[in-house]
Amino acid sequence: MKRAFPILAVLTALLLAYAFYEAIWVAPMERTMGDVQRIFYYHVPSAWTAFLLFSVNLVASVIYLIRRSAKADAVALVSAEVGVVFCTVVLVTGPIWARPVWGIWWTWDLRLTLTLVLWLIYVSYLVLRKFSDSSQTPKLAAVLAIFGALDVPLVYFSIWFFRTQHPQPVIGGGGSIDPRMLHVLLINWLAFSCFAFLVCWARYQIEWMQRGVDEAEALESLDGVTR
Amino acid sequence: MNAVKFLWAAYIATWMIQGIYLGSIARRYGRLRQRMKDLGKGGK
Repeated sequence: MKRAFPILAVLTALLLAYAFYEAIWVAPMERTMGDVQRIFYYHVPSAWTAFLLFSVNLVASVIYLIRRSAKADAVALVSAEVGVVFCTVVLVTGPIWARPVWGIWWTWDLRLTLTLVLWLIYVSYLVLRKFSDSSQTPKLAAVLAIFGALDVPLVYFSIWFFRTQHPQPVIGGGGSIDPRMLHVLLINWLAFSCFAFLVCWARYQIEWMQRGVDEAEALESLDGVTR
Repeated sequence: MNAVKFLWAAYIATWMIQGIYLGSIARRYGRLRQRMKDLGKGGK
Protein backbone atom coordinates (compact mmCIF):
# COMPACT_ATOMS: atom_id res chain seq x y z
CA MET A 1 0.00 0.00 0.00
CA LYS A 2 2.89 2.35 0.80
CA ARG A 3 4.18 2.12 -2.81
CA ALA A 4 0.67 2.34 -4.28
CA PHE A 5 -0.20 5.48 -2.26
CA PRO A 6 1.29 8.10 -4.68
CA ILE A 7 -0.36 6.37 -7.67
CA LEU A 8 -3.72 6.21 -5.86
CA ALA A 9 -3.34 9.87 -4.81
CA VAL A 10 -2.78 10.94 -8.45
CA LEU A 11 -5.73 8.81 -9.65
CA THR A 12 -7.97 10.27 -6.93
CA ALA A 13 -6.91 13.83 -7.85
CA LEU A 14 -7.77 13.11 -11.50
CA LEU A 15 -11.11 11.60 -10.48
CA LEU A 16 -11.90 14.65 -8.30
CA ALA A 17 -11.01 16.97 -11.20
CA TYR A 18 -13.23 14.95 -13.57
CA ALA A 19 -16.09 14.95 -11.01
CA PHE A 20 -15.73 18.74 -10.65
CA TYR A 21 -15.84 19.16 -14.46
CA GLU A 22 -18.98 16.99 -14.65
CA ALA A 23 -20.66 18.92 -11.80
CA ILE A 24 -19.97 22.36 -13.28
CA TRP A 25 -20.14 21.86 -17.05
CA VAL A 26 -21.85 18.54 -17.84
CA ALA A 27 -24.75 18.16 -15.37
CA PRO A 28 -27.94 19.81 -16.70
CA MET A 29 -29.07 23.03 -15.03
CA GLU A 30 -31.97 22.64 -12.62
CA ARG A 31 -34.97 24.68 -13.81
CA THR A 32 -36.08 26.45 -10.63
CA MET A 33 -32.81 26.91 -8.71
CA GLY A 34 -30.39 27.41 -11.60
CA ASP A 35 -26.63 27.02 -11.09
CA VAL A 36 -26.79 27.17 -7.30
CA GLN A 37 -28.30 23.65 -7.35
CA ARG A 38 -24.83 22.39 -8.38
CA ILE A 39 -23.79 22.76 -4.71
CA PHE A 40 -25.74 19.50 -4.34
CA TYR A 41 -22.84 17.61 -6.10
CA TYR A 42 -20.53 18.50 -3.19
CA HIS A 43 -23.08 18.66 -0.35
CA VAL A 44 -24.74 15.24 -0.82
CA PRO A 45 -21.56 13.17 -1.51
CA SER A 46 -19.92 14.80 1.55
CA ALA A 47 -22.95 13.79 3.67
CA TRP A 48 -22.90 10.20 2.36
CA THR A 49 -19.14 9.96 2.96
CA ALA A 50 -19.57 11.28 6.52
CA PHE A 51 -22.30 8.68 7.19
CA LEU A 52 -20.05 5.95 5.77
CA LEU A 53 -17.15 7.03 8.00
CA PHE A 54 -19.35 7.20 11.11
CA SER A 55 -20.55 3.66 10.26
CA VAL A 56 -16.90 2.50 10.05
CA ASN A 57 -16.37 4.20 13.43
CA LEU A 58 -19.32 2.23 14.87
CA VAL A 59 -18.04 -1.14 13.56
CA ALA A 60 -14.47 -0.44 14.76
CA SER A 61 -15.76 0.67 18.19
CA VAL A 62 -17.80 -2.54 18.58
CA ILE A 63 -14.76 -4.62 17.55
CA TYR A 64 -12.65 -2.70 20.08
CA LEU A 65 -15.15 -3.38 22.89
CA ILE A 66 -15.23 -7.11 22.03
CA ARG A 67 -11.54 -7.78 21.27
CA ARG A 68 -9.69 -4.78 22.80
CA SER A 69 -7.86 -4.46 19.48
CA ALA A 70 -5.58 -1.41 19.33
CA LYS A 71 -5.87 -1.38 15.53
CA ALA A 72 -9.69 -1.23 15.75
CA ASP A 73 -9.34 1.66 18.23
CA ALA A 74 -7.05 3.54 15.81
CA VAL A 75 -9.49 2.92 12.91
CA ALA A 76 -12.36 4.24 15.09
CA LEU A 77 -10.44 7.42 15.93
CA VAL A 78 -9.34 8.08 12.35
CA SER A 79 -12.81 7.45 10.83
CA ALA A 80 -14.44 9.78 13.38
CA GLU A 81 -11.90 12.53 12.68
CA VAL A 82 -12.26 12.38 8.88
CA GLY A 83 -16.05 11.97 9.29
CA VAL A 84 -16.19 15.23 11.28
CA VAL A 85 -14.33 17.02 8.45
CA PHE A 86 -16.88 15.79 5.88
CA CYS A 87 -19.78 16.62 8.23
CA THR A 88 -18.32 20.16 8.59
CA VAL A 89 -18.41 20.47 4.77
CA VAL A 90 -22.11 19.45 4.88
CA LEU A 91 -22.90 22.04 7.57
CA VAL A 92 -21.08 24.80 5.67
CA THR A 93 -22.29 24.08 2.11
CA GLY A 94 -25.92 23.56 3.24
CA PRO A 95 -26.44 27.16 4.47
CA ILE A 96 -24.57 28.54 1.40
CA TRP A 97 -27.17 26.72 -0.76
CA ALA A 98 -30.07 27.71 1.54
CA ARG A 99 -29.39 31.47 1.45
CA PRO A 100 -30.28 32.05 -2.25
CA VAL A 101 -32.92 29.26 -2.38
CA TRP A 102 -34.78 29.66 0.95
CA GLY A 103 -33.74 33.26 1.64
CA ILE A 104 -32.24 32.24 5.03
CA TRP A 105 -28.91 30.72 6.08
CA TRP A 106 -30.32 28.35 8.70
CA THR A 107 -33.57 27.11 10.17
CA TRP A 108 -34.13 24.78 13.14
CA ASP A 109 -35.61 22.15 10.86
CA LEU A 110 -35.40 18.48 12.00
CA ARG A 111 -32.84 17.38 9.37
CA LEU A 112 -30.57 20.37 9.94
CA THR A 113 -30.78 20.20 13.73
CA LEU A 114 -30.08 16.45 13.81
CA THR A 115 -27.06 16.94 11.52
CA LEU A 116 -25.72 19.63 13.85
CA VAL A 117 -26.27 17.28 16.82
CA LEU A 118 -24.43 14.50 14.92
CA TRP A 119 -21.48 16.85 14.34
CA LEU A 120 -21.47 17.90 18.02
CA ILE A 121 -21.51 14.24 19.17
CA TYR A 122 -18.45 13.36 17.07
CA VAL A 123 -16.65 16.58 18.02
CA SER A 124 -17.22 15.58 21.69
CA TYR A 125 -15.83 12.14 20.83
CA LEU A 126 -12.65 13.75 19.43
CA VAL A 127 -12.37 16.13 22.42
CA LEU A 128 -12.65 13.13 24.78
CA ARG A 129 -9.92 11.30 22.83
CA LYS A 130 -7.62 14.32 22.82
CA PHE A 131 -7.89 15.58 26.38
CA SER A 132 -8.47 12.45 28.45
CA ASP A 133 -5.35 10.38 29.12
CA SER A 134 -7.01 7.73 31.26
CA SER A 135 -6.51 4.09 30.23
CA GLN A 136 -10.32 3.89 30.09
CA THR A 137 -10.57 6.56 27.35
CA PRO A 138 -10.77 4.16 24.36
CA LYS A 139 -13.52 2.19 26.11
CA LEU A 140 -15.53 5.33 26.99
CA ALA A 141 -15.03 6.69 23.48
CA ALA A 142 -16.22 3.40 21.94
CA VAL A 143 -19.42 3.55 24.02
CA LEU A 144 -19.95 7.21 23.04
CA ALA A 145 -19.41 6.23 19.38
CA ILE A 146 -22.16 3.60 19.62
CA PHE A 147 -24.62 6.19 20.98
CA GLY A 148 -23.44 8.73 18.40
CA ALA A 149 -24.04 6.30 15.54
CA LEU A 150 -27.72 6.09 16.56
CA ASP A 151 -28.08 9.63 15.21
CA VAL A 152 -26.92 8.62 11.69
CA PRO A 153 -30.16 6.77 10.69
CA LEU A 154 -32.18 9.53 12.43
CA VAL A 155 -30.50 12.15 10.20
CA TYR A 156 -30.86 10.03 7.07
CA PHE A 157 -34.51 9.03 7.53
CA SER A 158 -35.74 12.31 9.09
CA ILE A 159 -36.79 13.57 5.64
CA TRP A 160 -38.52 10.27 4.84
CA PHE A 161 -40.79 10.19 7.87
CA PHE A 162 -41.26 13.84 8.83
CA ARG A 163 -42.27 16.94 6.92
CA THR A 164 -39.16 19.10 6.89
CA GLN A 165 -38.00 22.12 4.94
CA HIS A 166 -35.01 20.13 3.62
CA PRO A 167 -35.49 18.76 0.06
CA GLN A 168 -36.84 15.20 -0.17
CA PRO A 169 -34.43 12.29 -0.85
CA VAL A 170 -33.29 12.04 -4.47
CA ILE A 171 -32.87 8.25 -4.37
CA GLY A 172 -35.78 6.23 -2.94
CA GLY A 173 -38.39 7.75 -0.65
CA GLY A 174 -40.54 8.85 -3.59
CA GLY A 175 -37.99 11.39 -4.88
CA SER A 176 -36.81 11.54 -8.48
CA ILE A 177 -33.75 12.85 -10.28
CA ASP A 178 -32.67 13.29 -13.90
CA PRO A 179 -30.46 10.26 -14.83
CA ARG A 180 -27.66 12.64 -15.97
CA MET A 181 -27.73 14.39 -12.58
CA LEU A 182 -27.68 11.01 -10.81
CA HIS A 183 -24.64 9.98 -12.87
CA VAL A 184 -22.75 13.16 -11.87
CA LEU A 185 -23.81 12.72 -8.24
CA LEU A 186 -22.48 9.14 -8.15
CA ILE A 187 -19.18 10.14 -9.82
CA ASN A 188 -18.71 12.85 -7.19
CA TRP A 189 -19.52 10.39 -4.41
CA LEU A 190 -16.99 7.91 -5.79
CA ALA A 191 -14.35 10.67 -5.98
CA PHE A 192 -15.06 11.87 -2.42
CA SER A 193 -15.05 8.28 -1.10
CA CYS A 194 -11.64 7.58 -2.72
CA PHE A 195 -10.32 10.85 -1.27
CA ALA A 196 -11.69 9.97 2.19
CA PHE A 197 -10.12 6.50 2.00
CA LEU A 198 -6.68 7.95 1.16
CA VAL A 199 -6.89 10.57 3.92
CA CYS A 200 -7.96 7.88 6.42
CA TRP A 201 -5.09 5.64 5.33
CA ALA A 202 -2.49 8.43 5.74
CA ARG A 203 -3.98 9.48 9.08
CA TYR A 204 -4.02 5.84 10.27
CA GLN A 205 -0.30 5.46 9.49
CA ILE A 206 0.48 8.62 11.48
CA GLU A 207 -1.71 7.48 14.40
CA TRP A 208 0.02 4.10 14.48
CA MET A 209 3.48 5.70 14.35
CA GLN A 210 2.47 8.14 17.10
CA ARG A 211 1.41 5.30 19.39
CA GLY A 212 4.78 3.61 18.76
CA VAL A 213 6.67 6.83 19.60
CA ASP A 214 4.55 7.40 22.77
CA GLU A 215 5.38 3.87 23.89
CA ALA A 216 9.11 4.25 23.09
CA GLU A 217 9.26 7.59 24.99
CA ALA A 218 7.48 6.06 27.99
CA LEU A 219 9.94 3.16 28.01
CA GLU A 220 12.90 5.55 27.70
CA SER A 221 11.73 7.69 30.61
CA LEU A 222 11.10 4.54 32.67
CA ASP A 223 14.60 3.38 31.80
CA GLY A 224 15.94 6.74 33.02
CA VAL A 225 14.08 6.40 36.35
CA THR A 226 15.23 2.83 37.07
CA ARG A 227 18.93 3.60 36.38
CA MET B 1 -24.43 38.41 -4.69
CA ASN B 2 -25.80 36.26 -7.51
CA ALA B 3 -26.42 32.49 -7.40
CA VAL B 4 -23.16 31.57 -9.19
CA LYS B 5 -21.17 33.31 -6.44
CA PHE B 6 -22.90 31.09 -3.86
CA LEU B 7 -21.95 28.05 -5.95
CA TRP B 8 -18.27 29.05 -6.04
CA ALA B 9 -18.38 29.98 -2.35
CA ALA B 10 -19.59 26.46 -1.49
CA TYR B 11 -16.94 24.75 -3.65
CA ILE B 12 -14.14 26.96 -2.31
CA ALA B 13 -15.33 26.43 1.29
CA THR B 14 -15.29 22.65 0.75
CA TRP B 15 -11.67 22.61 -0.41
CA MET B 16 -10.62 25.13 2.24
CA ILE B 17 -11.97 22.85 4.99
CA GLN B 18 -10.28 19.80 3.42
CA GLY B 19 -7.07 21.79 2.90
CA ILE B 20 -6.97 22.97 6.53
CA TYR B 21 -7.42 19.37 7.69
CA LEU B 22 -4.70 18.06 5.32
CA GLY B 23 -2.42 20.84 6.62
CA SER B 24 -3.08 19.74 10.21
CA ILE B 25 -2.17 16.14 9.26
CA ALA B 26 1.07 17.35 7.63
CA ARG B 27 1.96 19.39 10.75
CA ARG B 28 1.29 16.40 13.03
CA TYR B 29 3.48 14.25 10.78
CA GLY B 30 6.27 16.85 10.94
CA ARG B 31 6.12 16.95 14.75
CA LEU B 32 6.13 13.16 14.89
CA ARG B 33 9.23 12.98 12.65
CA GLN B 34 10.96 15.42 15.00
CA ARG B 35 10.02 13.33 18.07
CA MET B 36 11.32 10.20 16.31
CA LYS B 37 14.59 12.00 15.55
CA ASP B 38 14.91 13.14 19.19
CA LEU B 39 14.14 9.63 20.39
CA GLY B 40 16.85 8.25 18.12
CA LYS B 41 19.38 10.76 19.55
CA GLY B 42 18.34 9.99 23.13
CA GLY B 43 18.74 6.26 22.60
CA LYS B 44 22.35 6.62 21.37
